[in-house]
Amino acid sequence: MNFTLRVWRQKDANDTGAMVEYAAKDIIADMSFLEMLDVVNEGLIAKGEEPIAFDSDCREGICGTCSLVINGIAHGGQRGTTACQLHMRHFEDGQTITIEPWRARAFPVLKDLVTDRGAFDRIVQAGGFISVNTGGTPDANAIPVGKVESDKAMDAAACIGCGACVAACKNASAMLFVAAKVSHLNLLPQGKVEKDKRVTSMVTQMDAEGFGNCTVTGSCEAVCPKEISLNFIARMNRDYGVALLKAST
Amino acid sequence: MKLDAKIPPGPLAQKWEKHKFDMKLVNPANKRKFDVIVVGSGLAGASAAATMAELGYKVKCFCFQDSPRRAHSIAAQGGINAAKNYQNDGDSVYRLFYDTIKGGDFRAREANVYRLAQVSVNIIDQCVAQGVPFAREYGGLLTNRSFGGAQVSRTFYARGQTGQQLLLGAYQALSRQIGNGNVKMYPRTEMLDVVVIDGHAKGIIVRDLVTGEISAHAGDAVVLATGGYGNVFYLSTNAKGCNVTATWRAYKKGAAFANPCYTQIHPTCIPVSGEHQSKLTLMSESLRNDGRVWVPKKKGDTRPPDQIPEEERDYFLERKYPSFGNLAPRDISSRAAKEVCDEGRGVGPGGLGVYLDFKEAIKRLGLETVKERYANLFDMYEKITGENAYETPMRIYPAVHYTMGGTWVDYNLMSSVPGLFVLGEANFSDHGANRLGASALMQGLADGYFILPYTIGNYFASEKQPKSDVNHPEFKLALDNVKALTKRLLSINGKRTVSSFHRELGKIMWEKCGMARTAASLKEALTRIPELRAEFWKNVKVTGENASLNQELEAAGRVADFLEFAELLCLDALTREESCGGHFRVEHQFPDGEAKRDDEHFAFVSAWEYQGPSKPPLLHKEPLVYEEVHMSTRSYK
Ligand SMILES: Cc1cc2nc3c(=O)[nH]c(=O)nc-3n(C[C@H](O)[C@H](O)[C@H](O)COP(=O)(O)OP(=O)(O)OC[C@H]3O[C@@H](n4cnc5c(N)ncnc54)[C@H](O)[C@@H]3O)c2cc1C
Ligand code: FES
Repeated sequence: MNFTLRVWRQKDANDTGAMVEYAAKDIIADMSFLEMLDVVNEGLIAKGEEPIAFDSDCREGICGTCSLVINGIAHGGQRGTTACQLHMRHFEDGQTITIEPWRARAFPVLKDLVTDRGAFDRIVQAGGFISVNTGGTPDANAIPVGKVESDKAMDAAACIGCGACVAACKNASAMLFVAAKVSHLNLLPQGKVEKDKRVTSMVTQMDAEGFGNCTVTGSCEAVCPKEISLNFIARMNRDYGVALLKAST
Repeated sequence: MKLDAKIPPGPLAQKWEKHKFDMKLVNPANKRKFDVIVVGSGLAGASAAATMAELGYKVKCFCFQDSPRRAHSIAAQGGINAAKNYQNDGDSVYRLFYDTIKGGDFRAREANVYRLAQVSVNIIDQCVAQGVPFAREYGGLLTNRSFGGAQVSRTFYARGQTGQQLLLGAYQALSRQIGNGNVKMYPRTEMLDVVVIDGHAKGIIVRDLVTGEISAHAGDAVVLATGGYGNVFYLSTNAKGCNVTATWRAYKKGAAFANPCYTQIHPTCIPVSGEHQSKLTLMSESLRNDGRVWVPKKKGDTRPPDQIPEEERDYFLERKYPSFGNLAPRDISSRAAKEVCDEGRGVGPGGLGVYLDFKEAIKRLGLETVKERYANLFDMYEKITGENAYETPMRIYPAVHYTMGGTWVDYNLMSSVPGLFVLGEANFSDHGANRLGASALMQGLADGYFILPYTIGNYFASEKQPKSDVNHPEFKLALDNVKALTKRLLSINGKRTVSSFHRELGKIMWEKCGMARTAASLKEALTRIPELRAEFWKNVKVTGENASLNQELEAAGRVADFLEFAELLCLDALTREESCGGHFRVEHQFPDGEAKRDDEHFAFVSAWEYQGPSKPPLLHKEPLVYEEVHMSTRSYK
């Protein structure tokens, strides 16, 4: 297969950046999207040009490192799939493919397709945990957790923190990411003690990082590679409301 | 170099308790005076960094990914072992200990493994308290599954994402400490050297992967939790970034490297589809709880699987190992798969594959249950191969997965350089010649949460070392060396890409030092690796510059280290004239093809000491003494 790629190239955070066209030749349908980029990069290096910088690590859809907007859609638009798990058999021979980085004020571009997602870490640092030290914890079976609750917590905990939700949102809102973490912990009995503080601290940090507001367009859910449900946002809003109410009384 | 494993005296079951009591303590107010450097934020590094910060130490933590949450541990699928005996099926600390020693083919240290089994129960308690959503029964209690090499159900899991959930637990604990200022986190930062002053580890040299800045960090102890070296084979189930740089550079500063030839080939991975492939994908061992492994009885049978009748199928694991069946340990299952493929009975392109069939499980349990247990794995399989494994059997083949070898450490997890501790997959300590499934997560968290935090205090309290200072000439020397190396890589400006060297090295390693090794193949590798390395330093092309984000430069440094390390791995494999666990020497097998261990001559840990660039490394032997278990021939029949 052959493709024309239009790729965002940007030397560093201060550069303005531009789209540059490349030919991707002799691509095999079984290649992953990133393997296709590897091939293009090998060609660029051979010509003495700098390869296209993009982030990846596990290449199996779990680490959340890869982060490409492909033809305008975060991770390329195949349901429940990260860019590293997207395969070329889903593209048409001869197609033009545009590749851009996540675009959001809170995720500045560092180079080409690589962005800084440190804002997500700082949100978790603000309260996305249960405050237990190592040691001295009760037996794991001391607190039974209903399977339904536990499964729901797991649904939320499945978030890989890739940031596609932010990239897809016209407001660059981080609500789905934050809601997933808040819900995972607030749903469990172990996490209930700090429920109110958690949600307020995380939301405060989210706002401080410059993410936009949620207007419930659902575009985040549509691109989420782990198919995290929009319902968690409603859940978090409830938790947040309750916390504010308690704080004011 | 004199290696002392420092195994505490006394009965096996009481060693750790007694040792904990005997070790010196640092009083709480003094802890904040100690700076601890932790390299790595996987299960081992994140749990260690968080726990030490909770205790009051001042911690700096480094990782090369953009966030500590993305360490390779995130990819672990199947589960984590613990001797909880919640299933009342006869499990105990002793049984987990015994299974692990036997699984490791009697090449692990008894005392370490016993301690691992003991603390396994605390790990589950800790993780549940952190909110790790392990799978549960309807009654609300935790549930378990079985893994290879065990006849009890002791594996805890969170769907097919156990590593992710455990790592997020540790990452959250770490984030809490970053948030309250007790840990300073350095993501996108790669450690490139250890600084040793007067024989003690005193700091590290790192490169900021965004700006290219190379800088020094001083600490009273250095902890490496940098993962395994499976990517020396290029294709493996490891993440792209996994590398040997940290432990290799520590080796060159005096930290002996143990058992590099003990590498694990995992039986159930998606087969290679072509030259372009950048990595291999694991299909979790947990699938073997319900999937049946088979190939056609006839050679070269190209009929689609559903047209091969039952009586013409060879369920070779069930046939050869009736008491463990499809759950035979990894080394044994991998070799069995290779054997049937070598006989010409493999399936799929190139005949390099065997079937993993769920038809019967779906009939027995129903589609829904199978989906609930494994949906994410089936989805992953479909994304990569385009095939639906609910309808047609998966095709799988062995692939490099885990490395049991690593930096030599004593019972306190300290390397042969005082003050340098090594945890998790990066050390060699607990799995002998073969690791059982679901035991790496257990070991990483045991090391980080429950062992290092005790033993590091003992080091501080008993050594009374002077405070480390980046102005010491050794720091400057190390800085200059790292800068010079970086400059050299960028100036070669040859014709071949970094990844073409890596691929070629991987091919040599897989063909000559993979699932079956012979003296001749190893000797061939030992001539080809130095040739390839020499070519690398003449002909590699590293584009770009140092002062920016430069992924080619990062890769070049890692491949340069693999090109040196590979030689040590092959040398170790050549000197170990026996077959044990993942190390199979064709010359040493029983007539039925089973591995032939030689306890009389090889019941020792090989620990290699660096002697300088022009001298061969020196082999030290740490004898393995078994006080409690009897070294038997390992049988799963
Ligand atoms: C696909 C897959 C599935 C697995 N499934 C299971 C399972 O079900 N059960 C099980 O028990 N085990 C499993 N394993 C094995 C297990 O996941 C690993 O052995 C374990 O997670 C390793 O943890 P670690 O903390 O030692 O290292 P890692 O998680 O690899 O972390 C290494 C850390 O070191 C950092 N680092 C490395 N080098 C440098 C450097 N030079 N400078 C700075 N930072 C550096 C990295 O950034 C990273 O943070 C699996 C492995 C794979 C590949
Ligand atoms: S590279 Fe890990 S999710 Fe894509």
